[in-house]
Amino acid sequence: MSLRRPAKDQPESFEFNASSLEAANVILAKYPEGKQQSAVMALLYIAQKQNNNWIPLAAMKYIAKFLDMPYIKVYEVATFYTMYNLAPVGKYFVQVCTTTPCMIRGANQLVEACKEKISENECELSNDKSCSWMEVECLGACVNAPMMQINDDYYEDLDKQKTLDILDKILNGETPKPGSYRGRVNNEPENNRKTLMDLKNA
Amino acid sequence: MLKDQDRIFQNLYNDKGSDVSSSQERGDWVNTKEITDKGRDWIINEIKESQLRGRGGAGFPTGLKWSFAPKEVGSRPHYLVINGDESEPGTCKDRDILRFEPHKLIEGCLIASYAVQAHVCYIYIRGEYFVDGQKLQAAIDEAYEKKLLGKNAAGTGWDLDIYIHYGAGAYICGEETALLESLEGKKGQPRLKPPFPALIGLYGCPTIINNVETIAVVPTILRRGAKWFASLGREKNTGTKIFCISGNVNNPCNVEEEMSIPLKELIEVHAGGVIGGWENLQAVIPGGSSMPLIPKERCETLKMDFDACVEEKSGLGTAGIVVINKDQDIIKCMARIARFYKHESCGQCTPCREGSGWMWRMLERMAKGDATKDEVDMLGDVTNQIAGHTICAFGEGSSWPVQGLLRHFKKEIEKRNNLDPIVQKKNNIPYLVDQHLLDKKNA
Ligand SMILES: Cc1cc2nc3c(=O)[nH]c(=O)nc-3n(C[C@H](O)[C@H](O)[C@H](O)COP(=O)(O)O)c2cc1C
Ligand code: SF4
Ligand code: FES
Repeated sequence: MSLRRPAKDQPESFEFNASSLEAANVILAKYPEGKQQSAVMALLYIAQKQNNNWIPLAAMKYIAKFLDMPYIKVYEVATFYTMYNLAPVGKYFVQVCTTTPCMIRGANQLVEACKEKISENECELSNDKSCSWMEVECLGACVNAPMMQINDDYYEDLDKQKTLDILDKILNGETPKPGSYRGRVNNEPENNRKTLMDLKNA
Repeated sequence: MLKDQDRIFQNLYNDKGSDVSSSQERGDWVNTKEITDKGRDWIINEIKESQLRGRGGAGFPTGLKWSFAPKEVGSRPHYLVINGDESEPGTCKDRDILRFEPHKLIEGCLIASYAVQAHVCYIYIRGEYFVDGQKLQAAIDEAYEKKLLGKNAAGTGWDLDIYIHYGAGAYICGEETALLESLEGKKGQPRLKPPFPALIGLYGCPTIINNVETIAVVPTILRRGAKWFASLGREKNTGTKIFCISGNVNNPCNVEEEMSIPLKELIEVHAGGVIGGWENLQAVIPGGSSMPLIPKERCETLKMDFDACVEEKSGLGTAGIVVINKDQDIIKCMARIARFYKHESCGQCTPCREGSGWMWRMLERMAKGDATKDEVDMLGDVTNQIAGHTICAFGEGSSWPVQGLLRHFKKEIEKRNNLDPIVQKKNNIPYLVDQHLLDKKNA
């Protein structure tokens, strides 16, 4: 199990803004009447997005009222799932996969790059407070290892230099292009494709 | 090698497009109504005869699972739930279906929903796949627009709504009952079985849960016939399968191949061979991190299917093949997998919650050569106390890889770890609070 704690500094209050409210109502319609608790995960995401990528306790209380469920149940969900950030993570949140398939293809180089460019330790904001990084478990892109995720996007087939370049870009406020950094097409065997040749050449 | 025309996922590499019209060119949605007109019994029977087994890891026969749904819909509605949690290290195939072949999945959902009498289908996608989930959502929206979903979907007379539900970074939510808990808005902690979800599942209603790949191959099976599917592979291990080949190979890739294809062919032909050559191979994890590794000697002839992998005391699992060459420290590789399980245990069962941490810490020390002689057997003991003593199969998933390591690389561990037993040296190892119990006289 992983240990997760809410941030010490917490805002007093939280409320959905108009667009969050609209998004929340769309989500609610997905679930049967009386089962609105199902929407809690999606609503936590909405709160996280509205609040600079992390979820304050006030937002959990607000969502509990919104869904008519006990606060503790929302708190349980928010602390159980690792994608809910309970403390500020920066506008750019870098997650480096270091599970075995990525590890044996050099994930440690990506970690080194993060240490050099962002911060010495995991979950620590960069000097300009725009960015933080952490090690995560398999992100489900193992044939594109080593890889990392920045906010919603996957950056694949990396090495140290490529990671440094990507991090330079985000520290400059740019959004680098997601996908493979060896220029291969999705998950095909690079330069060694033996299947679906007609389609490839069509 | 499988003939190109027998590949189900023609757009695996996104050579074409994933929209409705490109998908229709590949044969999706062309005669959905003709298929459902043949009736649910025909569909379930055809799937049984195709011998399709679940692609989510356990390999349970799909037709049989569908037949467990109540024949008549009672007061509680039926649900179809698609498992797109895909978090098993080494596995990344469902992602390609979500983003490049969404209509195979959506059409499969319609047919399967009709077969098990569900009007609502939830697709549970791991939160990290948000971008891929949005691609699926675009495909679902397009399907609604073209009247392939909603009321009288695709002219079949069946009403179906499909909703996506995102997870939020918990591997355990791939376990089917944890997934249901998560869908209900709770912590993803597995339920005790029985009751099985087919009778009491989502919101206490009959629920059929299948993997993304399982459902996505259904329309093609019904179009080309159970006989065609069953003619590929071998008895009880039929059809095609997407293999993910990662790790120390020259060209890591996803590739759809015939079931029972030799592992060596997958590695040498599709993945461009082991880095440093076949002789540099150390071991292969054949089916995602939960499956025990198989050492090089046994990889020569291994056929990649459910039963052949079981004969090697491993499993096909998700067909996520992780190739480990001799440049790697095998103990470290397994220690990192143990760390994964320690991180992902849901914490409900003591053997799993505590044991997963034990295994990780012991393996870390063994990788450094800091363990004592007797700890190697103790590690084996720990795995035995977890496997079979927990609520869900995560217990096996976390202990099997360690057992595999002990089975095939025990000598390696012993060579590196030959400190005298703790009791003799009176080493103080903080987490071993019961050190005195190790002293046989006291035990
Ligand atoms: C710890 C654990 C994790 C699992 N993760 C997944 C997963 O990510 N995706 C999946 O389809 N099945 C996963 N499964 C298997 C499911 O419980 C279930 O067997 C499967 O979704 C059924 O679909 P199928 O019959 O089509 O394979 C997992 C099982 C366990 C015990
Ligand atoms: S075996 Fe582990 S993951 Fe499964 S229910 Fe028990 S504690 Fe949770
Ligand atoms: S191990 Fe890194 S993406 Fe799977």
